[in-house]
Amino acid sequence: MPTTILAKRRLIPGKTSELVLDAPHIAAKAQPGNFLILRVNDHGERIPLTIADADPEKGTVTIVYLVLGKSTALLETLEAGDAILDVCGPLGAPTHIEKTGVVICVGGGTGIAAMHHIAKGHARAGNHVVAVIGARTKELLLFHDELSAFCHEVLVTTDDGSMGRKGLVTETLRDRLAADPTVSEVVAVGPVPMMRAVAETTRPFGVKTTVSLNSIMVDGIGMCGACRVTVGGQIRFACVDGPEFDGHQVDFGELCARLGAFRDQERVSLEKFHECRCHDHKKA
Amino acid sequence: MTTKKPKPSPRTPMPEQPAAVRRANFSEVTLGYDLSMAMTEAARCLQCKKPACIKGCPVEVNIRDFVGHMAKGDVDAAYAAIKATNSLPAVCGRVCPQEIQCEGACILGKKGEPVAIGRLERFVADEFAARSACEQITGQAACAASRDGLSVACIGSGPSSLTVAGYLAARGIKVTVYEALHELGGVLTYGIPEFRLPKAIVAREIAALTDSGVTFVTNWVGGKTFTIPELFEMGHKAVFIGVGAGLPRFLNIPGESLIGVFSANEYLTRVNLGRAYAFPDYDTPIYPGKKVVVLGGGNVAMDAARTALRLGAEEVRLVYRRSKEEMPARAEELHHALEEGVILECLCGPLAFVGDERGYLTGLEVQHMCLGEPDESGRCRPCAIEGDTAHIPCDLAVVAVGTGPNPVLLNATPGLEKNRRGYVVVNEDTGETSISNVFAGGDIVTGSATVILAMGAGRRAAKVIAERLVGHG
Repeated sequence: MPTTILAKRRLIPGKTSELVLDAPHIAAKAQPGNFLILRVNDHGERIPLTIADADPEKGTVTIVYLVLGKSTALLETLEAGDAILDVCGPLGAPTHIEKTGVVICVGGGTGIAAMHHIAKGHARAGNHVVAVIGARTKELLLFHDELSAFCHEVLVTTDDGSMGRKGLVTETLRDRLAADPTVSEVVAVGPVPMMRAVAETTRPFGVKTTVSLNSIMVDGIGMCGACRVTVGGQIRFACVDGPEFDGHQVDFGELCARLGAFRDQERVSLEKFHECRCHDHKKA
Repeated sequence: MTTKKPKPSPRTPMPEQPAAVRRANFSEVTLGYDLSMAMTEAARCLQCKKPACIKGCPVEVNIRDFVGHMAKGDVDAAYAAIKATNSLPAVCGRVCPQEIQCEGACILGKKGEPVAIGRLERFVADEFAARSACEQITGQAACAASRDGLSVACIGSGPSSLTVAGYLAARGIKVTVYEALHELGGVLTYGIPEFRLPKAIVAREIAALTDSGVTFVTNWVGGKTFTIPELFEMGHKAVFIGVGAGLPRFLNIPGESLIGVFSANEYLTRVNLGRAYAFPDYDTPIYPGKKVVVLGGGNVAMDAARTALRLGAEEVRLVYRRSKEEMPARAEELHHALEEGVILECLCGPLAFVGDERGYLTGLEVQHMCLGEPDESGRCRPCAIEGDTAHIPCDLAVVAVGTGPNPVLLNATPGLEKNRRGYVVVNEDTGETSISNVFAGGDIVTGSATVILAMGAGRRAAKVIAERLVGHG
């Protein structure tokens, strides 16, 4: 049954939006760290998106996406009141959350939205949650207000210094770790190079580091093996064994290469989509 | 002078697309009999007093009767005879390994060629397709009246669950089938290619079930969206687990994560479920391969190899550790694959995938093998010929060496007994699991097997469920 979009918020116009979906059966089960798989229409592909928030009372789940290829570009054409053909979830193993003390949640780009649900879980569990978030510039910084509502500290970095500290999230993270030996865990969600850098930053401190991997998926239920990643020398499936893994054990180089496997086809698909849209505009 | 019995007449050939044409399209390879071909073929049947063919069929179709009716051209009576025990004849007629089941037991096969039972079954099912759903499923013009409050849940929508649903619906029991993917049919849809089993055929069987009152729910994942105890809370009186064995096996050799190495499940799911053969009209991409190797020798390996050809590969090699004789694939699929130009590299064991500095696959290192003594499976054990290795250049490799049990639902179900290999343990007489009123059947019990065996298991469980819920099977 199609899933209705209840609300759409354009976070970065044309680039990133937040959708609130009417999906009570998913909202009832969604835990921090879970994702869902959706297919926009009957010619669409199955794409995984992290659940950024869930409200079991209202029966809603929130997703945030970055417009990257054809499927997310198509998703971006939908408005509140429109429906998504298939939404399946919640998928993946939930984040392991227990009361351990101080937890630093690092987020970059659209990953901040995904990190938000995890940070919320840690705050609920009674941990002291430090959010470290970064973007190129102030306008691209997501979920600052949402995180401020429950995080004990929100540390902001921007590449251009337009908000918070000028620099990279890893610099802020390093300083925070150096100043505070009580940090029990670092969680990072964002682009692969960022997660890799976070893992390298925390390694000398010996702090447990969890990363949420965005590998290519098809079914999302452990059936196809597309999402396989090497963790500690073992093949693991991001869809059912993850998506969260020990950042110190992940083979990021392999993940990065595998993410590019369909780059040529993705380009073809996106170009065709833009051509079609262009054509539509001419007709209109 | 002794009078020799005449040699039986040869089988009526099945019209099919020429190999050179079909290797470039996804349309069905075999085209089916017409009425006169079906009658000619059925007339070859000896109508044995003790028909061995029926014993060879896991769902015990009354083959003698149905072929007998067909010989007279009575399609209706033939259909009723099949449908009495088989709820998916159009599927079985296409994908069953008949040569080791019904046809393998046919007396005619001792001297010549057995009756083409599978082709006849397909003809009868296709001829009958236009009939109303209830008639298709139950043989009755009207469906059994639905019995209040009796509902059963099936998890997974593959052949075993569809069989359970058909059997129970015919007895007035409400069935809801929960499917994790967005399309129904399980392996019939994501696994078996269009050229072997058109999706329209699967859709037709499912539509017939829908018309007879079965409810289908897609995008609901057992163990994630719902648990088995929750199904009972929702009012279901019994649960059937038919989730198949979908966890892909890999070879665990170096280079398996290179770009261009795929599991057969991923490769086939992209093409069949995602319609990647129609990319970019459909959004699911497929990795293009010019020189393709497929590892394995079963039906799935054949499907992957023939799919690669149709997607434009210049060369497709099937790498298999044993010899052609040991290949587990259906004889007809191997035959079709060879006709289409698939090259066999038998007695070849994979050693390592080799790639370039960017992480792309460039070749496969293989070890040549010879056959030794039979192992516990009864097949000759492949033994390495020391030092005899080779390099096969390739840019796409599909690993089709089997699957294991998917743990998602099983791990989310406390109290469900599993065996050493992770499959569900059931009572062999009833199909019931270690949890009362929870049944299981198909690949999640047996490991990868055939559609018809899954249907046999579904039928057995459905009989017991019906006996418990309404007092008779």
